[in-house]
Amino acid sequence: MKSDAAALTNKPKPVNKSFFKKEKLGKLTPYLFILPWIIGFLAFTLGPLVFSLIISFFDWPIIGDFKFVGLQNYKTMFTEDPLFWHSFGVTVKFASILVPLNITIALSLALLLNQKVKGQSFFKTVFYLPGVISGVALAMIWSWVFNSEYGILNYFLSLIGIRGPDWLGDPKWSLGAMIIASLWGQGSMMLIFLAGLKNIPTEMYEAAEIDGANSIKKFFRITLPLLTPTILFNLIMSIIGAFQQLTLALVLTGGGPMKSTYFYAMYVYNNAFKYFHMGYASANAWFMFIIILFLTALVFKSSSMWVYYESEVKKSK
Amino acid sequence: MGCIKLLSLTKKQKIIVYTLLIGSTILFLFPYFWMITSAFKSEAELYAYPPKWIPSKWHINNFIESWTSQPFNQFFINSAIVVIFTTIGQVISCSLIAYGFSRFHFKGRDILFMILLATMMIPWDVTMIPLYMEFNVLGWINTLKPLIVPAWFGSAFYIFLLRQFLLTIPVELEEAARIDGANSFQIYYKIFLPLMKPSLILIAVFNMLTVWNDYLGPLIFLNDQSKYTLTLGLAQFKGVYDVDMSAVMAITTLICIPPLIVFFIAQKHIIEGIGNTGLKG
Repeated sequence: MKSDAAALTNKPKPVNKSFFKKEKLGKLTPYLFILPWIIGFLAFTLGPLVFSLIISFFDWPIIGDFKFVGLQNYKTMFTEDPLFWHSFGVTVKFASILVPLNITIALSLALLLNQKVKGQSFFKTVFYLPGVISGVALAMIWSWVFNSEYGILNYFLSLIGIRGPDWLGDPKWSLGAMIIASLWGQGSMMLIFLAGLKNIPTEMYEAAEIDGANSIKKFFRITLPLLTPTILFNLIMSIIGAFQQLTLALVLTGGGPMKSTYFYAMYVYNNAFKYFHMGYASANAWFMFIIILFLTALVFKSSSMWVYYESEVKKSK
Repeated sequence: MGCIKLLSLTKKQKIIVYTLLIGSTILFLFPYFWMITSAFKSEAELYAYPPKWIPSKWHINNFIESWTSQPFNQFFINSAIVVIFTTIGQVISCSLIAYGFSRFHFKGRDILFMILLATMMIPWDVTMIPLYMEFNVLGWINTLKPLIVPAWFGSAFYIFLLRQFLLTIPVELEEAARIDGANSFQIYYKIFLPLMKPSLILIAVFNMLTVWNDYLGPLIFLNDQSKYTLTLGLAQFKGVYDVDMSAVMAITTLICIPPLIVFFIAQKHIIEGIGNTGLKG
């Protein structure tokens, strides 16, 4: 209707009018478009965040009266709750083994795929595929592969004369089993590395080749430095992911045996949704939040020492 | 052409690269193979030693028996409801929000967008506990609402992806439309929505996969078996007394099928889309 009116009347007037209208409405329009996010942010993120911080200073059962306890929750978890330190230790151990392995494997696969090989998209699909299925399905598959008596993994080990351990039943091996299962699902990290590798201008390699650099030198002098921003991104994402791992532990081991896979996220989950200590669990969750913020900040801060920012390298688009 | 010459390998290097690739392929595909063949095996063959690689008889009945032994039909319907309604919600809300963030200059835009990006870093348990209490007050616990409603308010990651795409579109396009008297919503609807289609398919696929595979959300918000989604149903199924592994593998296989189909249909979009997320990060 409006465009009809614009077409009928003479030219300058409607333009002016719509311009005036745009000025007036223009101020509000963008906010209307992002309004769903603003509402969602307040209702499902900021509100809960603030509320979570507040109740972390309360004794807050889901049913019944809540009571302000000040810093008691934090004091309890740091000084009186051995499970807090234990589960935190399990998570740190898990993350510090998984993250470097994850990055190494994803980067190696990406480097292989960055060669001039046939069937690239087939291999890409194969390596990414486990990332498509659910954590529960993944856990189910691995619980069968890891089965101590009938598991196929121990059968393979027996072929080379190794008596395989009771992967999921032996506290010495359960965390390792969890790491193997996690590594299987690393696909998206490999794809991100691959995109990063493709972004490195080939002229750089050509120049290096003219200078007589061999492939090892090229890798350490060109590939690795230019890939550091991608490594930074993947490092942060995988640290955050590893610190929050829960599904695998819930389905694969339930935290056992002997709490050897009792991740911090499971500790928080149990405090909140099994024992309904909402205040205490919120304090636990905030501790995790601060640790993750701290680690991310640390990685970022250190990045100026090892991440190469391509301000002088032209970005090929 | 220079790059082809550069990246081509010597014969020896080629053998090493292909050996590693094929070896990794076997490692990555074997668990699927084992899942599928186990699902078809009779009990005797499932526990045979040495293991039977290919079942001598393919027991399709395993699938029917295990699927009907629990209300998996109901779980499937629940999963489908959540997937469909969250996807519609994400596509509508994220496209509106991303349009707002990328095609206008307004006060506080950059700060708001920084906040949006920052929300991606918040660990789920910090917000999950108060959200549980919030939904509890609203009477939404044990309904599918907590799994669906938030999707209608956009998700930071998808908004980010769409905005990345929208920023590449030149301003002239909408200026012409504006001179013709189109308002912002018409421009969104008539010009940008069609342009965004490939990106919207990508976020729809991402969302379908995420929601279909989600376990913690259903685990926390649903209590009654009649409300369970498939992942929850499967996790509980393993704990049921007297269930053998071929039944568990049969259900696992079935649960993997829809994401794999979606993946293969949208493969190109996904592989490119994921690759691009890291570049701007």
